Amino acid sequence: MEGLTLSDAEQKYYSDLFSYCDIESTKKVASNGRVVELFRAAQLPNEVVLQIMELCGATRLGYFGRSQFYIALKLVAVAQSGLPLRVESINTVKDLPLPRFGASKNEQESRHTTSYSSDAENQGSYSGVIPPPPGRVQVKKGSVSHDTVQSRSSTEQQESISPVVSPQQSPPTSPHTWRKHNRHPSGGNNERPLAGPGPFWSPFTEAQTGSSAGDTMWSGHSPPPPQENWVSFADTPPTSTLLAMHPASVQDQTTVRTVASATTANEIRRQSSSYDDPWKITDEQRQYYVNQFKTIQPDLNGFIPGSAAKEFFTKSKLPILELSHIWELSDFDKDGALTLDEFCAAFHLVVARKNGYDLPEKLPESLMPKLIDLEDSADVGDQSGEVGYSGSPAEAPPSKSPSMPSLNQTWPELNQSSEDTAIVHPVPIRMTPSKIHMQEMELKRTGSDHTNPTSPLLVKPPDLSEENKINSSVKFVSGNTVDGYSSSDSFTSDPEQIGNTVTRQRSHSGTSPDNTAPPPPPPRPHQSHSRSSSLDMNRTFTVTTGQQQAGVVAHPPAVPPRPQPSQAPGPHVHRPVDAEGLITHTSTSPQQIPEQPNFADFSQFEVFAASSVNEEHDDEAEKHPEVLQVEKSSEPSASLRVAKTDGRVEEKTAASAPANAGKGTTPLAPPPKPIRRRLKSEDELRPEVDEHSQKTGVLAAVLASQPSIPRSVGKDKKAIQASIRRNKETNTVLARLNSELQQQLKDVLEERISLEVQLEQLRPFSHL
Amino acid sequence: MAVCIAVIAKENYPLYIRSIPAEHELKFHYTVHTSLDVVDEKVSAMGKALVDQRELYLGLLYPTEDYKVYGYVTNSKVKFVMVVDSSNTALRDNEIRSMFRKLHNSYTDVMCNPFYNPGDRIHSRAFDNMVTSMMVQVC
Repeated sequence: MEGLTLSDAEQKYYSDLFSYCDIESTKKVASNGRVVELFRAAQLPNEVVLQIMELCGATRLGYFGRSQFYIALKLVAVAQSGLPLRVESINTVKDLPLPRFGASKNEQESRHTTSYSSDAENQGSYSGVIPPPPGRVQVKKGSVSHDTVQSRSSTEQQESISPVVSPQQSPPTSPHTWRKHNRHPSGGNNERPLAGPGPFWSPFTEAQTGSSAGDTMWSGHSPPPPQENWVSFADTPPTSTLLAMHPASVQDQTTVRTVASATTANEIRRQSSSYDDPWKITDEQRQYYVNQFKTIQPDLNGFIPGSAAKEFFTKSKLPILELSHIWELSDFDKDGALTLDEFCAAFHLVVARKNGYDLPEKLPESLMPKLIDLEDSADVGDQSGEVGYSGSPAEAPPSKSPSMPSLNQTWPELNQSSEDTAIVHPVPIRMTPSKIHMQEMELKRTGSDHTNPTSPLLVKPPDLSEENKINSSVKFVSGNTVDGYSSSDSFTSDPEQIGNTVTRQRSHSGTSPDNTAPPPPPPRPHQSHSRSSSLDMNRTFTVTTGQQQAGVVAHPPAVPPRPQPSQAPGPHVHRPVDAEGLITHTSTSPQQIPEQPNFADFSQFEVFAASSVNEEHDDEAEKHPEVLQVEKSSEPSASLRVAKTDGRVEEKTAASAPANAGKGTTPLAPPPKPIRRRLKSEDELRPEVDEHSQKTGVLAAVLASQPSIPRSVGKDKKAIQASIRRNKETNTVLARLNSELQQQLKDVLEERISLEVQLEQLRPFSHL
Repeated sequence: MAVCIAVIAKENYPLYIRSIPAEHELKFHYTVHTSLDVVDEKVSAMGKALVDQRELYLGLLYPTEDYKVYGYVTNSKVKFVMVVDSSNTALRDNEIRSMFRKLHNSYTDVMCNPFYNPGDRIHSRAFDNMVTSMMVQVC
C-alpha cells in the first residue's frame, strides 16, 4: 500500500478506531466484529466495503494491520464523500472529512458527539461521526456507554427485544455481534459499537477482552461455549452467518474457513440477508446442497444410503457424536437414508455446526423436509426458542410409530408423513373381494334383482374372480356331491349369508385401499351374524361332511364318470385363461369349475344372474342341495379366506371332499367346452353370491344331464383317478386359500398395529 | 415408573444403562446383570417359533421386595431390561409392553443411524430423551 498521509485529526481518529478494533492489542485487527461493525456503521454499501477491504489489503493479508486499517478508514472517508475508491485517492484527496460511522440512537450520538467534542476540539469535524454505542435504547447501562454497546449487541442478539442484557453476555457478544449484525440490519449496523474515541476506548478494550476469545473464533472454527447464550439468538445470527459462511465454509468443508474471504463474504451476505429464521437455507446454499446431493445420488428423488451419507459427512471432520446427532435430526423418516430434503437439512446442520452453532435438540422447522425454503417462518420466535432450548426434552419430530420392528414398515408419522415419500402408510389391499363384491353381496342379500350386481359383476375385479372361482369351483363340487342330499333351506341362507358376510368381512376387514381407517363397524354385526350362521354351517357341515364323504364314496360308483380325463385338458385349457386373478387356482378351479359347468347350461347362468337369489330356493330340490352344498363349501372357503377362523378350514376340507365327490358326480362329456367357456367368463365376472344362483342353474343343468350320462365300466378306476386328481386340486386350492388367508391375517395384523400405534399416540404415556 | 432401564447387547454387555436415583445406580446395575440369567433362561425355554412380539416381551423376570424387573428381547438378541419400583401402583402389563415397544422403536432409530456402530454405547440424544420421558414420571 502506498504510504498514507494522515492529518493529525485523522491520525488521532484512526488510531483511536484502531485501538478500538484492536481489542487484542496485537497491532493488527482481524476482520472481525469491531472492524465489521465499524465498516457497517459507515453506512456504505456492501460492495464498497468489500472494495475498501480489498484495496487496503486486508483481504490479502487476512487481517487489518494498522496501516491497512488506516487505509481502510481513509477509503471509507473517501467513499462517504462520494468519491470513487482509488488507491491513490488515499493521498490525493485532501481535506477529506473524517470517515463517518453512522449513529442510530440519538442518545448515543449525543453521547458520542459530546464525548468526542469534549475529547477533541480539533476534531470538530466529527459531528457525531462515531456512531453512538448501539443505541438500542438499552439505556440500562447508561452510565457506561460501552456497556450499553456491548449489552446492545448482546441484546440485539436476544431477539432484539429484551433490553436488559447482562453484561456478561457482552463478551461473547462481539463475535456474534457482527455475525448477527445482519439480523437487524435496520438498526443494527449503526449500533455497532463503534465506540467513540479516546476515553471510551479503554473501557471498551477492557470490556472487549472477554470478547477477544470470541473474536478469535472468527479465525476459525468451533464455536466457543459462550455462544450458548446465543443459541437462542443463534436463530437470528446463524442465518446470516450461515448464509455468509456457507459458501466459504462449504467450499472448504474439510478445512478451516478462511478468515478474510469468509468474513467479507459473510458480512455482505449478512447485510443482505434479512432472514428471520436462523436455520433457513438460502437459495445458493440450497443449490449447493443439491449439487452435492447429485454427486452422491444423481436422482434427486432418490435416496442417499446411510453409508454414503456417513462417508460424506465424515469428511466434514465433525466428531462422530455430533454427526450422529445431526443424522438423528435430519433423518426425518428414520429410514436410514436421506432424501434430498433430509440431506439439505443435514448439510445445513453440518455447516452450522462447523461455524460454531450448537445443534438444536429438535430439527428446526425450516429444516424439516417439507418446510425447507418455505418463507412462512411465521413463528420465527418459536423456532429460535426451539433451537435454543437445549434443555427441552424434545422428542424427535419424526417419532417412529411403534410398529413391530420385524415389520419393515414405517408407519405414518404424525402429520409429517405426507411429505416424506419414504414413509408409506401400509394400507392393506385386499386381494379378495372388494367393495364391489360386497355391494354385490349386499344386493344379493337384499334380494334385489341381480341386474344391479350384474353390472358390477361385469366389472368385477380380477381378485374377485379368484375367490369366486374358488368358491364357485368348490361350490360346484360340493353341490354335485351333495347331489341327492336334501339340504334344508337353512343351508341356502346360511351359505349365502356367510358368504356375504364373509366377503363383507373380507372387504371390510381388509380395508379398502382408499381409506386407511379401520374397517367400519357396520360390517361387524354381520360378522357376528354370519358367525352364528356359520356355526350352524359348521354343524351342518360336519354333518354333511360325513354325508358328503359318504356320498363321495358312494358316488363314484353311482354317478356317471366324470369325463375328467377328457375334460381335464379342456377345462385346464380354459381355466388358465380364466384365471385373471387366479394364480394357483388354475390347477384346481379348471378342474372343479369346468366340471360343474360341463353340464351347466350357461345360458341359465345369465338368466340366473338376472334373476334374484330367491330362485335358488325355487329351484328344484336337486339343484338346491347341490347349490347349497356348493355354496356352503364356497362360503366356508370364502370365509376361510377372510376370517381367521380355523374352524372353517375344516369346513373347507369338508367342502373339498364334497367338491371332489361332486366332481365325480358331475359327468359331462358333451357340452363341456363351449359351455365351460361361457361359464368361465361368467364366473370371472360374477361374484360369489351370484354364482350361487348361477351355480344353481348350472347344477340344475348338470343334474338334468347327469342321469343321461351313462356310467362306464372303467368308471371306477377313472373315478378314483379323478378323485385323486380332484383331491390334489383341492389341496392346491386350499393351499392357495391358506396363503391368501395368511396374507389377510397379516394385513389385519398390520391394521391392528397401526391402530395400536394411534392409540398409543393418543393416550398419554403416563400410566403410573 | 421405571427406575432403571438398560439395553444389553447380544454378547451381554451393556449398550445403555440408566437409573433414576443416582445413589442406587450400582445396585441397579447389579440387578440388571443378574436378570440376564433369567432372560437367557426364558429365551431358551421359548420355542423358536415364528417371531411374535409377544415372544419378544418376556414379562416379569423376577420381583424383589422393592422392585420388579421386566425383560424384553429383540430378534437380534438385544435385551431391554427395565426395573420398576414396586411401590408404584402396579403397572399394567400393557403399559410395560408399550414402554418396551417405545424402547424398541427408539433403539431401531438409533440403529438406523449410519454413524452408530452396532456395539457402541448409545449416545443418542433422542434415545436419551425417550428414556428420560419414561423414567421421569411419578416417583
